[in-house]
Amino acid sequence: MKRIAVALLFFALLIGLWELAVRSGRWSAVLLPSPIFVGEYIWGALLDGTLVESTWVTLKRLLIGYAAGVLIGLPLGLLTSTSQLFEDTLGALSLGFQTLPSVCWVPLALVWFGQTEGAMLFVVIMGTVWSVIIATDHGARNIPPIYARAARTMGSEGFHKWTRVILPASLPFLVSGMKQGWAFAWRSLMAAEIYVTILTGFGLGHLLHYGRELNAMEQVIGIMIVIVVIGLVVDRALFSPWENFLHRRWGTNVRQT
Amino acid sequence: MEPFTPDSSAARPAKLIVEGVSKWFTSRAVVQALDDVSLTIAEGEFVCLIGPSGCGKSTLLDIIAGLTKPDTGRVLADGRTVEGPGRQRLVMFQESALFPWLDAFGNVMFGLKLRPDLTNAERKEIAHHYLKLVGLEKFEHAHVHELSGGMKQRVALARALAPDPQVLLMDEPFGALDAMTRDQLYDDIQGIWMESRKTIVFVTHNVREAVCLGDRVVLMSPSPGRIQQVFRIPLPRPRDINSPELAGHASRIAAALKGTRMEAASE
Repeated sequence: MKRIAVALLFFALLIGLWELAVRSGRWSAVLLPSPIFVGEYIWGALLDGTLVESTWVTLKRLLIGYAAGVLIGLPLGLLTSTSQLFEDTLGALSLGFQTLPSVCWVPLALVWFGQTEGAMLFVVIMGTVWSVIIATDHGARNIPPIYARAARTMGSEGFHKWTRVILPASLPFLVSGMKQGWAFAWRSLMAAEIYVTILTGFGLGHLLHYGRELNAMEQVIGIMIVIVVIGLVVDRALFSPWENFLHRRWGTNVRQT
Repeated sequence: MEPFTPDSSAARPAKLIVEGVSKWFTSRAVVQALDDVSLTIAEGEFVCLIGPSGCGKSTLLDIIAGLTKPDTGRVLADGRTVEGPGRQRLVMFQESALFPWLDAFGNVMFGLKLRPDLTNAERKEIAHHYLKLVGLEKFEHAHVHELSGGMKQRVALARALAPDPQVLLMDEPFGALDAMTRDQLYDDIQGIWMESRKTIVFVTHNVREAVCLGDRVVLMSPSPGRIQQVFRIPLPRPRDINSPELAGHASRIAAALKGTRMEAASE
């Protein structure tokens, strides 16, 4: 309870400072709208359904792209961790593409897929899959070899060894990899939505983009806040329980309170 | 002393036969880890391998387990050549090789689940039995990191015993434990061995430990790893590691061990 109160106080203070800055009159209200104004925009967009609909559109794209990225990246990462051939080829490729900012995929996606959902998905998958491959590869390599040896003596081979030993043993690394993949997917999608004008669904990135075009700063800042909040909520809802489970089992990062 | 003196254990059938095993490792240079090692271990015998570090005792254990292939020679288990690891020869490792994603009970169940001849109810019963045998029935659902070093190795022992292997291979299992915990485990392991009469090969660098546990103590010398001398320990069981008779045997072996180190240094 105390921690929540401290966090709330911190954010209230931040908003208070913002309001003070607006009231000082140093900056034009067009460039820096009051937090009250931004709040009114978010509230209004919530009531008329645009925010809910855009969030839904965005999350749907994100989930599909992310799921595809993880499903492709996970087995490929396991492959590069076990085979010298795949390490030297696919591994090197992944490392190269991981350093490429995902927004760089947008021009290519536009040419290949046009202004379609396919272009969106392509950018998200390209933004996600390489970091998942690298994280999985890293995870599988960091498993203490003694686990595999112990498993072998007990008769665990092949598929059983992969699913019951290698995969669970690399869970801590996989989680951080998937978390990183998630962050990459989120960034890629926002880049795609801002740059790809599309008629099949109006996402949060589009709202952000049109906010700028309409010079509606309260919309720009409002949507940015929504994006941050969604990111936080997903982190807490999706990854925190998993991480807590791992910390409990592995006995890592136990905070003494 | 000859390595192969006929004795009472020779009357029992040979469980493990190591025949002319040599092994080379290539890292920066080619190093010969084992040179023409031969050893016969009778069924139900407790043999300790001892020697300075680099004498290849752990490598020999790995080869017996089937985890490492010898470059020359072979290992026979029950008269058949060892081609790979098998459930009949389970290994208990140096450091805790318990799986942290499973609790104590889950770890003991791991090997049992790989035995298709058991029903799930039987597996659970066996797992309970062995955890009780090592005195951890109250910690069945403890996470691995919540257990002390001694408790972890007890779980590892239960995990190795549960699938009922005929041979137990132990690679310095108590090396990282404090003396009091170790003394307790010596009693436990002797009790379990006397009851189950499994064939045990136990690698250690601790002379007293070897004398306390082994029917025979096989002394190995380093670079390349060879069998230097084999000592028979005719003391009655259970043995107390602090008894004077045991100390007498230990000092004899310790002197021979010192000799192998001096030899290695002069080479």
